[in-house]
Formats: sequence, C-alpha cells, structure tokens
Amino acid sequence: MSKKSSRAIKEFLGEAEEIIENLNLDLVALTDQAETGECDPDLLNRIFRGAHSLKGLSGMFGFVDISDLSHRMENLLDSLRLGKVALSSSLVEVLFEALEVLIQLVNGKGESEEFSLDLSGIFLKIERALQGETSSTDDPFARYGIDPSILSVLTEYEEHRLLENLKKGRNLLRVKTTFNLTSFDQDLAEITDQLKHHGEVVSTLPCPGDISEQICFQLLYGTEKSAEQIQDILQRDDAVCEMLVVGGSSASAQPKSQTPTPAPVTVDGNGNRSEEPSTEVASASMRSISRTVRVDIDKLDSLMNIVGELVLSKSAISNICELLKESGAVEAARELQKATRNLERRLDDLQKGVMEVRMVPVAQLFEKMIRIVRRLSNEQGKKIDVDIRGAETELDKLIVEDLSDPLMHLIRNAIDHGVEEPEERRQIGKPERGKIALWASQKGNHVVLEIHDDGRGIDPEKVRRKAVEKGLISETNNLSREEVFDLIMSPGFSTRDEVSEISGRGVGMDVVKNNISALSGMIEMTSEVGKGTTMIITLPITLAIIKALIVRVAGKTYAIPINSVQETLMIPASALKTIEDREVIELRESTLPLLRLTDIFGLAKPDADPSKLFVAVVGLAEKKAGIVVDDLLGQQDVVIKSLGNALSFVRGIAGAADLGNQKTILVLDVGGLMAEALKGESAFYYV
Amino acid sequence: MAKKILIAEDSPTMRSLIVSALSAMGDYDIFEACNGFEALRILPREKVDLVITDINMPDINGLELLNFVKGNGQYQHIPLIIVSTEGSEKDKEKGLSLGADAYLVKPFRPEQLQELILRFLP
Repeated sequence: MSKKSSRAIKEFLGEAEEIIENLNLDLVALTDQAETGECDPDLLNRIFRGAHSLKGLSGMFGFVDISDLSHRMENLLDSLRLGKVALSSSLVEVLFEALEVLIQLVNGKGESEEFSLDLSGIFLKIERALQGETSSTDDPFARYGIDPSILSVLTEYEEHRLLENLKKGRNLLRVKTTFNLTSFDQDLAEITDQLKHHGEVVSTLPCPGDISEQICFQLLYGTEKSAEQIQDILQRDDAVCEMLVVGGSSASAQPKSQTPTPAPVTVDGNGNRSEEPSTEVASASMRSISRTVRVDIDKLDSLMNIVGELVLSKSAISNICELLKESGAVEAARELQKATRNLERRLDDLQKGVMEVRMVPVAQLFEKMIRIVRRLSNEQGKKIDVDIRGAETELDKLIVEDLSDPLMHLIRNAIDHGVEEPEERRQIGKPERGKIALWASQKGNHVVLEIHDDGRGIDPEKVRRKAVEKGLISETNNLSREEVFDLIMSPGFSTRDEVSEISGRGVGMDVVKNNISALSGMIEMTSEVGKGTTMIITLPITLAIIKALIVRVAGKTYAIPINSVQETLMIPASALKTIEDREVIELRESTLPLLRLTDIFGLAKPDADPSKLFVAVVGLAEKKAGIVVDDLLGQQDVVIKSLGNALSFVRGIAGAADLGNQKTILVLDVGGLMAEALKGESAFYYV
Repeated sequence: MAKKILIAEDSPTMRSLIVSALSAMGDYDIFEACNGFEALRILPREKVDLVITDINMPDINGLELLNFVKGNGQYQHIPLIIVSTEGSEKDKEKGLSLGADAYLVKPFRPEQLQELILRFLP
C-alpha cells in the first residue's frame, strides 16, 4: 500500500474530495448551530467521522501531512462531540481554516505527490482551541446504575451520547425489534426515523442468535416519553419497548457546558513565529479539482434499463397505432402517431443523456498504457516513444474497464517481441528510439483503436515452425500468410513460453481475441517483417442499447445489431453461386460470402427452397458477409441483456433482448459469427 | 476451496486497499460489505472463514458486529480482525474484551495484515 500507483492516487483524491465536500457542507450547518451553542449530535458525529476517515485514508497512502492535520482536526472534533470543549463560532472558524488547508493539500497532491505546505500555523490554532478542554475523571455512569454489558459494545462516542441523554433527564429505553433478514435495513430506518422525533437512538445492536431468516436488534433510546407511550407511537407489533433507566433523577446535576475559550491568536515578538496560513489560504478557492459526482455504474445501468423499457413501451404504442390505422380510426391513429413521434424524440434525448454519462475518454486507459511502456522499456533497456492520438475519444465506461487487460497484453507483446534493442535498431538503419502508436478514433457507431509498433514485425515462417513444434499443424502443411496469422490467435499458441509478468498468467492472443469478442468487438492484425505490426480493434461505443434489424430464420426471430448491417438485399434464389463449397453472391462486382444460420445453429431447413431470399449484408471493419434470412421484420431499439456465464459458450449469440410484446429474442453476435463462418478466409490482411 | 473473507468497511478506497493486500496473497473469496448491515446479510449466507471490520461505520459499529459474531454459537469460531484508525484506547480495549482476535491500527503495511491473515487462515 506504500506503492502509489497513479490509479490508486486518483481513487484517493476522488474519495478525499468527496469527504472534504461533505465536511464543508456540514461545517456550514455547524456554523448556524454554533450561535445557539446547542448542536445536533448526528451532525457533529458526521463531521468527526469525515475527519477520521480522511486521516485513515491519507495515512494508508503515506500522505503524512494530510493525515496529521486531519488527525488534529479529529482530536478537536472528538473533544467537541464528547463535550470536553464547547461549541463556539470561533472554534468553527478554526475548523474551517483547517479544512481550507486540507483542500490545498489534497489539490496539491493531485498535481504532485511532493506538494507540501507549512502547517505549523494551523496546528497552533487547533492546539489553542483544544486548550479549553475539561477533563472528566470518575465513572459517570456509576450513578445511573446501567448494566455494564450494555456499555461494553458502545464506542466512546456512543457512551458520551448516552450520558448526554441521561444528563438531560431523559428515560433510557431498550427497544427490541425483530425483522425479516431481507428487509431489515428499511424496517430499521423506518423505526429509527419514528423514534428520532421523540428522542435519540444511541446505538443499534444486533442480537446474537440465528439469523438465517429473522434478525433481532436492540435499540438504545433516550427519550422523555415512557415505554408505553413509545409503544403507542410506534404502533408496531415487531417492536417491544422496555424501560432501562428512569430519567429525571439527576437532571440538574450537570451544569451547561462552559463558555468557549479558544485563545485568540496573538503574535509574540520573538520573531520565531511561523507563517499564519490564513493569508495564503484566503486566496484558495473552495472549488474542488473536478466538478464531478461519483456514481456507481450499477445505478447508471439500472437507469439505462429503465430507458430501455421506455423505448420498448414506445414500440408497443407504435404497434397500437398501426392497429388503429388498420381498423379505420385514421384520425385517432394520426394523432397518436404525432404524440408517439414527440415521445420518441424526447426518449432519444433521454437515451443520449444517460449514454453520455456512461461515456469516459480513453485517455485514462492510454495513460495506464504509457506507464506500462515506460516500465517495460526501462526493464528491457529499450528506448520507446509513445505516440498518443485521439485520447479524448469516448467509450462506455464498462468497455473501457474490460479493455484494459487485452490492451495491456498487446502493448506488452509490442515491447517484448516487436521493438528491437537500440543497438540492433541502429545496425539495421532504424532510428534508435522505437515507436509505439496508440490511436483512437470514432467511426460512426464504432470506436477504432490502433496499436502500432515499428519493430521487427511477425515472420510468418517463424510462426509456422512454432506451430509445427506445438503440434498444431503438420510439417507438410503449407499455410497461407493469412492462416499463419490465424494461428497466432488460436488457443495454445504462444511464441513465448515464459509467463509474462504484467498479464500474470501468460495469456495468449486467443484470450485477447475472446475478450474483444465479448465486447462485441473485433481484432485484426497487419504485420510486415522488419517494419512493424499493427493491431486494429473495432468496438461498439456502447453495449447497453442498440438499434436492431429483426429477422426471421426457420420460423425463429433474431435481432442483428443495426450498426453492423450495411444493407439488405432481396435476391432470387438463382443468384446463389457456390465457390469452393461456399455459398456466395455477386455484389457490385465483388463476391460476398453467405452465412446460413440454419447451418450454424443447426436449425431445421425448410422443405422446399424458396424462390427468393433476403440477405442482410453485415460488416465489421473491412470484412463483409451476407446473412441469409427468410424474412426481414423491421427495425427496433432493443436492450441487450447478457445470457450470463452459464451460456457464454454459445457461439454467435451476443445476448437476449425483449421485443416489448413479451417476446424474447436472441441477438446475433456478428463479429463472432463472421469469425466462425469465415475461418480460413483472410481473417487478417496485410498492409 | 478458497477461504472466504468478509470485509466490513465503509471507505471504498480502504476496502480496495485491503482487497489488493489479500489478493496479492492468493486465492480468497472476498466479500465486501460497505456497512454493518451488509455484513449481517452476508454472514448467514456465506460460510465465512474470517472477518475484517472497521469500527466506525454508519449503521452499526464494528464493536456491535463483533459482539454479534462472538456471541453467536454459529459464528463465534470465526476469527475477527478489527482494522481501525488509531482511536481511543477504550474502543480498542472493548474490542479485545469482546473477543476480537486481532486489532490492526491504520495506517498499516500490507504485510502486517497479510501476517495476521496467515496466522488465522494458515
């Protein structure tokens, strides 16, 4: 944990900013309360917990100064919440100043880990604020006759709250509740809310016992009401109240906390006074480095799902509209159609909006790769420049996450096998410094990533020999260059035997290919001996919601993602030709290979060949194929849901989608289908 | 079968630090709870082999979770490590007297945690 990766630091900064932001809000609320001297214990506790978390967090990252300062703040807050010092506006001032220094420190660390500030001034102020501390000695609970077992699980703070309640002369109740395990948190929140109106819940203790179905909690509760009254207020048969300590007995025993006495800051004349940070802090803004909200991706997913459902509902309305038209209610149908179009536009906006939130630039991914290049080239004594372009290109957050491993592997390959040692490069007349290019660009609904190195390239002959060695092919096999490259992507082929340190498990290119396929993407390779290798990854911008072409084959309905459909054709059966056992058609002077889902999925073939058939021309990157279907049913937005791991072995299927009329259909994985069906075809091509 | 470890900790960064320290050691099934309630849900569902908990959490505190685990015939054998920022000595004392198997003060080095894990899950 002492090793600070920049991703870890980003995580730290993100969380630190969040804590600071909340601290700031809570301190503002505390200012208002400081004037009355009475403060909300929950608020104070929240502030304390904020400082406490920041201390722990920064400590783990070795940011000693942040940790030290938040520790001192925490001490001050602890004394405050335990009633050892009194709340005052000057004390809140000190807290604010400390917070501002914290902001500066955190912002500074974001720029450079070495950033530091002179903290002696603010330390001094906190110390002075603490001087008003009064210490208590004897056991304060003794006189209330509280069962020690109750106290044993309370944190020091909870003990203090308990004491405060008792001092106010409140009754101490125990509220026992039993809830179902499935919903206990909501139930507890509900009951706690009710209780808070009439007192303070000091602690929530889960009772030991079997919790396979139900769980029991004991709430320690300070209130002016009696057990019976609370029972009446709650009106729940799953809660039982019991009086532990009758209040009022010593209500007058404690004086109200004394007046605040944080010493004013004075400057003595010995010249050793450290800079008061207030002047430099004054110019610092409270603005956080990034104006962002951290959102769990799951929340976005569920939002996306709702949008998806809405889109489906809209399709259903469109269908009704058609029905209306057919039944003769033309006027009503037209009105409905208008309204539907309006709805559609708004839905489009909504969908785009939610989509944009999910989008992140690939820059963070690229940064990671730059670090890997640096590290590996240092380790191997190679000199490599990285050429980054299009780092601002955006992709779905989930895709970016899943792209990290395959990309890392490709980069690793480029350095390990591609770029030569400086000496070797000089001898063959290449510049001493090698180059790895990492380019991203958006092409329509796709993002294209190119990873290029100017290294030695892939020698097909070497690959062939290796494959013979591994028993993947026989010595006599004569392979085309294309087939050779196919081999590299096949399981069990790796030109290096040792396990790579970065990827950890010595994964082969087949894993990279599978990872990319899982993202509905495609990977291609071009290489030239002596000049270098280029890998091209084509990915959809998002996986969440897509437009699809709905088709029927052998009585079954499928969806084809529209972004891979280039055109649809209706051709007479006579246009079919067979070349080398493969069905093809002529399309504008080129040959288009055909895929039949009946073959791939083993569906029943129609008894008689129809006289005409439909072909959906699909393409990813530079490759094209035609999918033969019986009928085209139209276009629709669909929300793709994963089939789950259990069915991940099913080839050619990207997921399932709901058509809106309670029918579920399968979505074709075009990349996978093409790879499967065009095996042996030029899966890779050369520059 | 991989040993199951439950982490109850409300700071996501701290959780991920603990997870990375654990993952570096080997193959554990790690269950992350971002508060005490979640931990209470995971306990009966999974046969957990070890619990790591923070003290200061928003709903129930680590001591209460500890009391629950150690006061329960079904779970009391499970070793429990408290990981908390150096807090009041009192909280630490309470933790140990309630039967915590170890108390680790943040900031700690990954090796310190790993050592403890190895002690309880050899």
